[in-house]
Parts: sequence; C-alpha cells; structure tokens
Amino acid sequence: MQLASEGEVENPLLPPIPELVIGLVAFAIVFIFLAKKLLPMINKTLEERRAAIEGGMEKAEAAQAEAQQVLEDYRAQLADARHEAARLRQEAQEHGVAAIAEMRAEGQRQREEIIAAGHAQVEADRKAAAASLRQDVGQLATDLAGRIVGESLTDHARQSRAIDRFLDDLEAKAADTTKVEAGR
Amino acid sequence: MSADQMLAFETDCHIFDGCGFPAPGLHSFLFEPLFTVGGFDFNKPMLLAVLSTVVIIGFFWAAFGRAKVVPGKLQMIGESGYDFVRRGIVYEALGKKEGEKYVPFMVALFFFVWIMNLWSIIPVAQFPVTSIIAFPAALALIVYVLWMYLTFKKHGFVGGLKNITGYDKALGPILPLAVVLEFFSNVIIRPFTHAVRLFANMFAGHLLILMFTVASWYLLNGIGIAYAGVSFVMTVVMTAFELFIQAVQAYVFVLLATNYVQGALAEHH
Repeated sequence: MQLASEGEVENPLLPPIPELVIGLVAFAIVFIFLAKKLLPMINKTLEERRAAIEGGMEKAEAAQAEAQQVLEDYRAQLADARHEAARLRQEAQEHGVAAIAEMRAEGQRQREEIIAAGHAQVEADRKAAAASLRQDVGQLATDLAGRIVGESLTDHARQSRAIDRFLDDLEAKAADTTKVEAGR
Repeated sequence: MSADQMLAFETDCHIFDGCGFPAPGLHSFLFEPLFTVGGFDFNKPMLLAVLSTVVIIGFFWAAFGRAKVVPGKLQMIGESGYDFVRRGIVYEALGKKEGEKYVPFMVALFFFVWIMNLWSIIPVAQFPVTSIIAFPAALALIVYVLWMYLTFKKHGFVGGLKNITGYDKALGPILPLAVVLEFFSNVIIRPFTHAVRLFANMFAGHLLILMFTVASWYLLNGIGIAYAGVSFVMTVVMTAFELFIQAVQAYVFVLLATNYVQGALAEHH
C-alpha cells in the first residue's frame, strides 16, 4: 500500500525479482526434500506393501493348492474304499451262495447216507428175522409135536401146562432174540 | 496511505455516511514490507511462500517420516495425494516406465501450487500467493527450462528444433507459416499462458472474495444491512468456490507441465 500511495501501481504481470527468487528457492527446497528424502521413503514402503501383498497371495495360493490336493487324495481314498466295500460285498454274496449250495449238497448227501443205512439195516434185520424165524418155526413145530406126542392128550391139565410151558419158552426165546438183536 | 486505499474494516466507513466504496483493486495485491533486511523488503506473500515450504515438508514428513506398510491416517492421506499426482497425472500422460522419473517433480509442483493457492481462504493469511505473478512465473520458468532441456537432450539440436516447431514435410506449402506459428506458440506464448492462467485465476478469485467481504462491511448501515447479508452469503459461496478453483488450478498447472514433458519426449513424425 506504500507503493500504491506513491502512485507506483505496477503492472501486475511484471514479476518483481525478489518474489521470483523467493518462489524459486521455496520450490527448490520443497522439491529437494520430496525427491531426495520423503518420496523415496514412501516408495520403499509402497514397495514393501506390494511385496507383502504378493507374498500373502502366493501363500494363499499355495494353501489353496494344498487343500485341493488333500481333497483329491481324500476323494481318491473314498472311491477306493467304496470299490473295496463293493468288492467285499460281492465276494461275501458269492461266498454265501457257495456255502449255501455246499451245505445243501452236504445235507442231501447225509440224508441219502442215513436213508441208505436205514434201508440196509432193515433189510439185514428182515433177513436175520426171516432166517431165525424159519429155523425157529421148524424147531418149535418139532418141539411142540414131540411134546404133544409125549404127553397124554386126555389129561387136560397137563395138556394146558405143556402148552403154557411151550408158550413161555417161546416168549423167552423171543426175548432172547430181541436181546440179541438189540445187542447188534 | 490514502483512505480510499485502506480496507473497509480499517476505515469504519459505511454506506449513507457520505463515504465512497473502498473498492479493492491492484493496490490490494501490494504489501508493505513486514521487515527489511539490508534493503531487501520481506513482505506477506514471501512469508506465505516460505510457510508453504514449511507446511508441505512438515506434512509429508509427518505422513511419510515413519512410513508403515499398514498406514496410519496421516500416511493414508499423504499417500492418496501422492498417488493422485503419480497415477492420475504422470502415469496417465507419460506411462509408468518413462513417467517415474518426473513423479517427484510433479508431486512437488502440485502441492506447492496448491498450498500457495490455499492461503487464500486460510484465516489471517487470506491471500493466494500465486496471485503475485512472480510465483507462477518462477514455476512456469522451471517447467519451461525442463521442457527445453528434455527436447534438445532427446532429439538433438536439429531434431529439437523440429520438435519445437512441429516441423512436418507433409504440410507442404504452408510449412513455413506453420513453423513460425508453432515456434511462436510453443516458445514464447506457452510459458506466458502457463503462468498467467494460474495467476489470473487466483488474482480474480481473491478480488471477488475481497469485493464481497468489503461490500458486506460497507453496506452495514440502514437498509443496506439486507444487501450486506446477501454480500456475506456471496463471500461464503465464493470462498467455497475458491477452494474448488485452487485445487483445479493446481491440477491444471501440473497437468500442463506433464503434457509439455510428454511433448518433449514424444517422437516426432
């Protein structure tokens, strides 16, 4: 205002030299501080941050790959286990069928054996009985005839006694025969 | 110091008091020296320029001094400002590879211009340093020298001249005219417009705020109080507008500087 009052209002487009110098120096100071000191500091930090982020991403990727691998392994194992189970089931089924068939065959065989044995026994018994019977009947007939002839036919009591005796003998013989057969 | 050149606040002069409107003008951009050292007058704009340096370095020191990978609030703000210039201006024009070299210069330029502009609306300071032509001129001069240096370094003397003058055989008969015009435009007009664009915007902005501020005070009498209210609202509106313009002008200044560098480095056809 001092200048103005003296009527020295300058052209505002003419730069005063002191201001020009001050402006240059002030800017130079700002530029040097920023370029040499402060911006390199932040650039270093930004670089570190970038590296940290990239490192983190790499780590995450590795973890993901590992998880994927584990999942695949697990799936493979699961599939194996399923196959194994199916195979075992199949096998067991086959075994079961075979076992049942075998047991059935065995049962059949045993039954036939038993039946055959029974048949043989019956046949043998029958033959033995027939042979014995044939022999005994002759014997008995002979004995009876002898006794009847030997005793008085009129004596009723004696006759009765003889018949009773004969029958007793007959029973005893039959019992002997049964015993013998049971012993066999 | 005549009364009509004092600010309205100092004169206690109001309308209807038989007192003329103390209109702001060129004299509003002239300052008495704060102190004088050996014939060197140190005035308010100079002080503000020096303070700008302190503010910028102080801020970035606080923000980046102990920079951490996980940033604090201040570092985050500093980084976004840095990134704005780096990616938003320099990488856009020059590409990452070639532009990296010019990032510190452009960052310094942007924040220097912006803070110098910002003083306009800071209480007590209330003066945009860039409305003194010397400051934008100094910055434009640096950009101009950088541009010249890069042009001749990149293309050699003849190639540099061709680059500056936009020499292109395809132009045919109008080649001489084009060369003269391009030379005139690039070498003489461009640094001037570069500086004046910033200067004039800040100058006009300051004048507008000043006008409405002074008027608010001057009209504070009788019926004039209603008009003073309107004027005051306009002061607030213009202050907000200036806040926007300051950032835009700083952006434009740096954008142009980057474009000049790009022009210097570009292959001519």
